[in-house]
Amino acid sequence: MKKLNKLFWALAAPVAAIIFTLIFVSIILLFKGANPLSTFQLIASYGSQTDNIVAELNQTVAYYLAGVAAAIGFRMLLFNIGIDGQYRLAIFFAAVVGGATNLPPFLEVPLIVITGMVVGALWASIAGYLKVKRNISEVISNIMLNTIASGLIIYLLQPSRLGLKGKSSDNLATPMIPKSGWMPTFHIFGGQLYSFGLVAIAVGVLYWIVLNKSVFGFNLRATGMSFRAARASGVNAPRMVFITMAISGGIAGLTGMGELLSNTHTYSLAFPTGYALTGLALALLGRSNPIGIAIAAFFWSFLEQAAPALDLNGVPKEIVMMMQGTIILATVTAYEIVKRITRRQQQRLVGASEAPRVEAAEKGDKK
Amino acid sequence: MSLAIELKGIEKNYPGVVANHDVDITIEKGNIHAIIGENGAGKSTLMKILYGMVKPDAGTISIFESPVTIKSPQDAIGLGIGMVHQHFMLADNATVLENIVLGSEPMKAKVVVDYAKARENLQNIIKTYGLDINPDDLVADLGVGMRQRVEIAKVLFRGAKILILDEPTAVLVPQEVDELFKNLKVLTANGLTIIFISHKLDEVMAIANSISVMRRGTTVAELVPSKTNKKELAEYMIGGELPSPRPATTKPRDEKVLVVENASINDRTGREVLHSVNLEIHAGEILGLAGVEGNGQDELIEMIMGLVKPDSGSVTTVGLDTRESSLREIRDHGVGYIPQDRQRDGLLMAAPLWENRILGHQETKPMSNGLWIDKGAAKKDSQRIIEEFDVRTPSNSVSANALSGGNQQKFIVGREMAGDPKMLIAAQPTRGVDVGAQAIIWDHLIEARLNGTGVLLVSADLDELFKLSDRIAVIFRGTIVDYLDPRTTTPEKLGLAMTGEKIA
Repeated sequence: MKKLNKLFWALAAPVAAIIFTLIFVSIILLFKGANPLSTFQLIASYGSQTDNIVAELNQTVAYYLAGVAAAIGFRMLLFNIGIDGQYRLAIFFAAVVGGATNLPPFLEVPLIVITGMVVGALWASIAGYLKVKRNISEVISNIMLNTIASGLIIYLLQPSRLGLKGKSSDNLATPMIPKSGWMPTFHIFGGQLYSFGLVAIAVGVLYWIVLNKSVFGFNLRATGMSFRAARASGVNAPRMVFITMAISGGIAGLTGMGELLSNTHTYSLAFPTGYALTGLALALLGRSNPIGIAIAAFFWSFLEQAAPALDLNGVPKEIVMMMQGTIILATVTAYEIVKRITRRQQQRLVGASEAPRVEAAEKGDKK
Repeated sequence: MSLAIELKGIEKNYPGVVANHDVDITIEKGNIHAIIGENGAGKSTLMKILYGMVKPDAGTISIFESPVTIKSPQDAIGLGIGMVHQHFMLADNATVLENIVLGSEPMKAKVVVDYAKARENLQNIIKTYGLDINPDDLVADLGVGMRQRVEIAKVLFRGAKILILDEPTAVLVPQEVDELFKNLKVLTANGLTIIFISHKLDEVMAIANSISVMRRGTTVAELVPSKTNKKELAEYMIGGELPSPRPATTKPRDEKVLVVENASINDRTGREVLHSVNLEIHAGEILGLAGVEGNGQDELIEMIMGLVKPDSGSVTTVGLDTRESSLREIRDHGVGYIPQDRQRDGLLMAAPLWENRILGHQETKPMSNGLWIDKGAAKKDSQRIIEEFDVRTPSNSVSANALSGGNQQKFIVGREMAGDPKMLIAAQPTRGVDVGAQAIIWDHLIEARLNGTGVLLVSADLDELFKLSDRIAVIFRGTIVDYLDPRTTTPEKLGLAMTGEKIA
């Protein structure tokens, strides 16, 4: 009964948020003269076409990792908006290292992956250092670091340095990673599903276990909940903040790794930007919960995959962005409302637990 | 005698909690009426109702014998009710006059503040009520007692005839309390009525003309000090017999849990906040640390725990040189810490109680094996604390912020005593908790002492220091100025030492 109640309140918020979003977007669609029902049907049917599913899943993996990276930061009250720079710099160096070496696959692939994580972590730890030692907001320093990362990549991508001019286009890219550094794909639904998704699942599981079961995770959460209480309890809280920022950057460094290892095998400026904002949005939407983020990430890429179909049918595809934005606001609001309701329930219980005292006190009066 | 205030059948419900019910209070004009009760007894809610911050669900309020509805603090001020809050609301970088005028400025031609008139009004108030304040002093330069007088003057300036003082003595040293009481007597002699909220029974007995006792949201007794005593008041407050601390029967041991030698600390600006402090605590001893707040107590605690390293001198806590040991090592070596600001330093407010049980013990058995948390052990031991320390909660999975202050504190005390620490730092362990919780906490501090724990008891409550301490060290301006024996000294002597006056 207690568990059922808990489950109900856990699901109430996202369900309410989705209903609200559908109603809100319907109203907008009606204003535009479009039929909401047929629009939603269009999104649903286009998004669930088999040839789109694989593309959605591959995109989900990248979004998921960005979401987990953001969620780790959230647990420390860190707003890692530097995921963008961390991920691009990480993939760039991973591609460079991969392109310059040719080890057996069981060494080559881990080398590339670990390079990405280390670069992401190092780049993030600049912001972590500035935060801990100089008290500079990680938001400011990370935004700047994103810009610096962009410039650095363009600088290093010049053919005279680490890059090559593409064969078919003018696009600059890193040298091709040899076949030993490729990760296999699964052939399903006529598409190529990246096997890197398994790594993402492992990251999710590890994230949950370490955070909730280990001493390290306890220290991390404690510092996030109360820096001062954690410090008083013996945790080296500033160091914890620094490490968390680095881990978040390390996970960010895995974002886009599936694309690199199973598809492009080279880094070029075609790698998308904007993963930071998406990652933060997904972490919010999924309440920093590994399964919640996974659902949110799939939902996100599902909508994005379906967006082009709207344009073809006379509905502006920006309606998808509107849905995404609305659902974030609605979810955050709904969770806050649920939090208040459950807190009130708890207070009622606490109030009731003090009741025996009243009776005892009243007995005391009578004698 | 005419009545200043008459409250009848006041009731206020919050979801799940009855904050006030059947509250009846009558206060005669010119009286000092004390309202006492445990934390959570409903005093604050009642005062908020009277000051228009909260709307009652039922009941009638009469001010000067005419029924009124008070919808906002503005209404309350209009009716002549003024509130002096426990935490002063003054702008440091403005003068006394500016602070007092702020918000109710007399105007010249509706545009310019008429400071001349304001000054005249204030001078009248100062003269009439004998308040020792200077309109041109900068508030930042004033001591606590002086600030309080400014707050009182502020309320009088707004034309208050009824003053509500919310725990006015909580921040004062004994001499300042005497001063305040003198002021209050002058105020009532001039026809003002005062509501005095407190849970210090001595003070209530000394100053009040009449006393209302509140318990669990309602008034349980209305008494006159001359016809009652402290014991009776306390029993009305908690609704039963008051347990008293067991007398200590054992002697401190030779073994030392803390040795501070000539330790000094400079803050970031280079100012010396601790000046060659010498301090020793033996196993099985309670060392009381008395002092007015802000004289280096916080820094001393941080230094003992190894959070801050001494700039000169040495600190050896439970046998570890703090300069060579991390805070983690020191805590794991057997140091318990009951912080003064329990909600900020002692608890993860959003986390369940069982997780809070782990805090501070996260890297030692039985809470963990150093790598993984043992949730079962944490749940089990938090349950033990809930039972042994009488923490009122439906379960150990309730988050800490759902508990009342006293219950939070009992939980912290229970946690910090788990595993029999060699040393316990208890900073204001019973501040703001009710008499029942206080008795439990005192009892356990004494038990820890019997078990050989060395306790540093930092307290502003002189009664507590006298009852529990084997020795009392007095800290003033960052250094230990005196050691007193609680059996032979008096609160007055201790109060003097706290203000830096050396007594012969």
